[in-house]
Amino acid sequence: MSGAADVRLQDSQFGVYVHVPFCASRCDYCAFATWTDRQHLVERYLTAVRTEIRRAVDDGMARATSVFVGGGTPTLVPGDDLATVISAIPVVDGAEVTVECNPDDVTESLLCSYRDAGVNRVSIGVQSMVPHVLLALGRRHDPDNVVAAVDAVRAVGLATFNLDVIYGTVGERLSDWEATLASIVALDPPHVSAYGLTVEPGTPLADDPDRFPDDDDQADKYERTDDVLAGVGMRNYEVSNWCRPGHECRHNQLYWRQGDYRGFGCAAHSHRNGRRWWNVRTPDRYVDLVESGCETEAAGETLDERTRHREALELALRTSDGVPLDALEGSALPGLVTRAGDRWVLTRAGRLLANEVSLRLG
Amino acid sequence: MAPAHAIGGLGALPTVTGSIGERPMDLARIRNFSIIAHIDHGKSTLSDRILEMTGAVDMRQMRDQYLDSMDLERERGITIKAQNVRVEWKGDVFHLIDTPGHVDFGYEVSRSLAACEGVVLVVDAAQGIEAQTLANCYLAMEHDLEIVAALNKIDLPAADPDRYAAEIEKVLGIPADSILRISAKTGTGVDALLDAVAERIPPPTGDEDAPLQALIFDSQFDQYRGVVSSVRVMHGRLTAGSKVTFMQAAASHEAIEIGIRRPVPTPVAELGPGEVGYLIAGIKEVAQARSGETITTSLRGADTPLAGYRDPKPMVFSGLFPIDGDEFENLRDSLEKLSLNDASVTYVPESSGALGFGFRCGFLGLLHMEIVKERLEREFGLGLIATAPSVEYQVTQTDGSVVHVANPAELPQVQSIERIAEPYYKILIITPTDYTGTLMELCQARRGEMGKIEYLSSERVELQYELPLAEVVVDFFDQLKSRSQGYASLDYEPSGYRASDLVRVDVLLNGQTADAFSTIVHRSGAAAYGRRMTEKLRELIPRQLFDVPIQAAIGGKVIARETVRAKRKDVLAKCYGGDITRKRKLLERQKEGKKRMKSIGRVEVPGDVFISVLKLGD
Ligand SMILES: Nc1nc2c(ncn2[C@@H]2O[C@H](COP(=O)(O)OP(=O)(O)OP(=O)(O)O)[C@@H](O)[C@H]2O)c(=O)[nH]1
Ligand SMILES: C[S@@+](CC[C@H](N)C(=O)[O-])C[C@H]1O[C@@H](n2cnc3c(N)ncnc32)[C@H](O)[C@@H]1O
Ligand code: SF4
Ligand SMILES: [Mg+2]
Repeated sequence: MSGAADVRLQDSQFGVYVHVPFCASRCDYCAFATWTDRQHLVERYLTAVRTEIRRAVDDGMARATSVFVGGGTPTLVPGDDLATVISAIPVVDGAEVTVECNPDDVTESLLCSYRDAGVNRVSIGVQSMVPHVLLALGRRHDPDNVVAAVDAVRAVGLATFNLDVIYGTVGERLSDWEATLASIVALDPPHVSAYGLTVEPGTPLADDPDRFPDDDDQADKYERTDDVLAGVGMRNYEVSNWCRPGHECRHNQLYWRQGDYRGFGCAAHSHRNGRRWWNVRTPDRYVDLVESGCETEAAGETLDERTRHREALELALRTSDGVPLDALEGSALPGLVTRAGDRWVLTRAGRLLANEVSLRLG
Repeated sequence: MAPAHAIGGLGALPTVTGSIGERPMDLARIRNFSIIAHIDHGKSTLSDRILEMTGAVDMRQMRDQYLDSMDLERERGITIKAQNVRVEWKGDVFHLIDTPGHVDFGYEVSRSLAACEGVVLVVDAAQGIEAQTLANCYLAMEHDLEIVAALNKIDLPAADPDRYAAEIEKVLGIPADSILRISAKTGTGVDALLDAVAERIPPPTGDEDAPLQALIFDSQFDQYRGVVSSVRVMHGRLTAGSKVTFMQAAASHEAIEIGIRRPVPTPVAELGPGEVGYLIAGIKEVAQARSGETITTSLRGADTPLAGYRDPKPMVFSGLFPIDGDEFENLRDSLEKLSLNDASVTYVPESSGALGFGFRCGFLGLLHMEIVKERLEREFGLGLIATAPSVEYQVTQTDGSVVHVANPAELPQVQSIERIAEPYYKILIITPTDYTGTLMELCQARRGEMGKIEYLSSERVELQYELPLAEVVVDFFDQLKSRSQGYASLDYEPSGYRASDLVRVDVLLNGQTADAFSTIVHRSGAAAYGRRMTEKLRELIPRQLFDVPIQAAIGGKVIARETVRAKRKDVLAKCYGGDITRKRKLLERQKEGKKRMKSIGRVEVPGDVFISVLKLGD
């Protein structure tokens, strides 16, 4: 049994994640560890993250093949400060270094300071290009800012970028979604992550069943997405991710292949050889712990061999890697999986029903 | 710790000394009473105040509805099992029994009354008399018990004690000026109530020197001590260590431990006439120590048993099947163990084409059915599916033979049926007059035959109907409540069998008859029933990987059809970045959910689908 379900990772792959837990306002569908009232902590927080990174480096942390700075809203903190955090992370030549960006915050000068710290990829939170849908999502930005942000990315010469979009918001018609797709395709993105709006427990959205997305509507929109993106030469390589060849997000692929990664900052997750752990959730506690020289780990788990194998299959199933033939009775799932060489890979209908297929693994 | 379960852990405590342990006990100092009421009128809360004011439970250990010790009772906020306890009030000894108010558990009340000389009848001062107020009060009258009536919840702004005191006087003949006014919540008036109990309820009579006659009025199974029976001594003395004979069972046992519940089980050397306590005799099965049993001494015992009482007869039947077919034996063991504690459940093995092997179980009502299913699942870790509840039909065949059919799937071939008779119930509804019309409509729609109408006051009326039990079983109670905005209450009792024009409606899932869904209904309502059933099943059966047609049919002819459309999407969009743990846990939970589904053909059906079907209302 191999950890990565037979998709071999180069042993040298190692990822670093940095969490930035600050946002200007709270989107009511969002369950991420982020706060809108902790501005006063930003400086101490970034210092603490640098400290945690330095300690890890002193302990012999490997050089990263990919770095992902996510949130929250990383672009909310001063660009130069974030740059010092990124620069503190040792990376290999050619490492992929991504920062998640809010289109409202993106300027050429901000991107320059990122670029100078080694950033070569940004992921822009577009969500929708239709004003009434953005409003329903509680997002404040103007779709034009997305266009400006993409121009800025190209102007400063970042190697690649991603656009995040969400479908299935209440009031979003199929034609609205098609408009969003058309607008983003017009920007010729190398990579698109399209997420079905998910009702996360504990969010205000979860308390408002009238705004719950409809599965059939989301299925229609998913199929439309796949058609449109395939039409411009983008390939689906994970349930919610499409890209032009060579623009796969290596950092996410590391997650999906059970690679090792180290998370810095509050609520950040790490994985090393079958052990998963995560940091304390709030920035306040995180800062206190780092400043007093303590461990930041909140809890963790060590996967037994069986669970680890199963998890590997579950992750691989969602990707275009698929799973080995003996992991699934694929012939009993006509239309949902198809045989590609020595592996079962989800069809488009199967990707929409990946959970059902997952339950039959192993 | 729950009183009933505490016994096991306590071992042999020293025999109590002091006033309460004095022997023999002066009969004139004893009062035995049950607290009876309609559901939720505050019996258990009143018991709390009594436990507190008599110092039986100290404040630190007090919690609401202290005597409701089962988890299920606490979660649902209702009493399921009667509980007895001994307290002292101003030098007198009270044995009080807190009883359940729900109609399904009415037999608990009858049993409890057999151990008492009086009752405290609690009536909610904001609601007035309701159906089980009447039913339970009549029971007390039949037993010739002294009734101390109390209007409770006078702290509520909506309380109208004057009005309801007048109602009680008019309807039950209890003088308005004798009715106490209390708040079980705040404790107001509870001391006066206890004084009234001491004054008005007569002490027991009994001959200490006569041969022992003690009545078992409840038995429960304790995993450490075996059967623990609640007993009331009528005559003679029940002594620890003596040899006793259970007269109906004709079996002898040693009285290993006798004791009293205060409420902590406390061993005593003996119980004399008029006393209530518990007996542990090393018995392993409740069936050996049934309620209604008379205990006497093996040497020089009594010649005749006390008048016992009949076991309650189940009125609804349903098949219980393990979701995992391999659990059949486990289900059998679990039913055996559960029936140690609840002798009113009956069960016989049955097999179903759709569900495999299981048991046809008899219950006292739908609440009882739900509770038994839930206890089996919780206490024995089983996943169960319950089939549509059915009543028991009497089918006369063309050859003159009569068969009893509690499982619709076992209904004989149409050609060999001469006639089918179904059980009827006499029901009693008490409602504000505003709802008379809509409730009469409901009864009519359920094939009811009107009996008496009696006005309790200008605003409240008592309606009597004869109704087929099958119509009562299916959401009648919910309908009654929703049509009356919660104000109407219901009581019922069996009133014999009548021939009816009945047919069996079958359900086909994915083209295959699922025998577990078959139901016997009146021909006139069959088409509507079939439509409702298929519609509800469409809502309740989760979407599968393929379209699932649901059909209702009578004798092969389809009368209704719905489709659960194939599911198209279940995938989670996100991987939550590096939080793979969360993703895995979500999938694990989904897998757990699947375990609560039963495959019928290729269709996955939730284990509680039938109970949910009934709950959905029209
Ligand atoms: N305001 C107020 N509420 C009360 C009083 N007595 C009981 N209650 C409330 O009424 C509800 C039912 O009380 P219980 O004591 O469980 O009623 P019960 O008669 O034992 O109910 P069953 O055992 O299910 O028949 C609870 O929410 C109590 O808190 C009272 O005097 N005043
Ligand atoms: C880690 S979030 C943070 C990114 C950034 N703060 C933003 O909102 O633009 C990354 C992406 O997850 C997606 N997302 C967040 N909550 C979601 C939800 N409840 N359902 C579906 N997608 C969601 C959004 O597309 C978002 O861009
Ligand atoms: S969705 Fe993005 S911007 Fe909105 S609260 Fe969450 S992390 Fe912040
Ligand atoms: Mg109660």
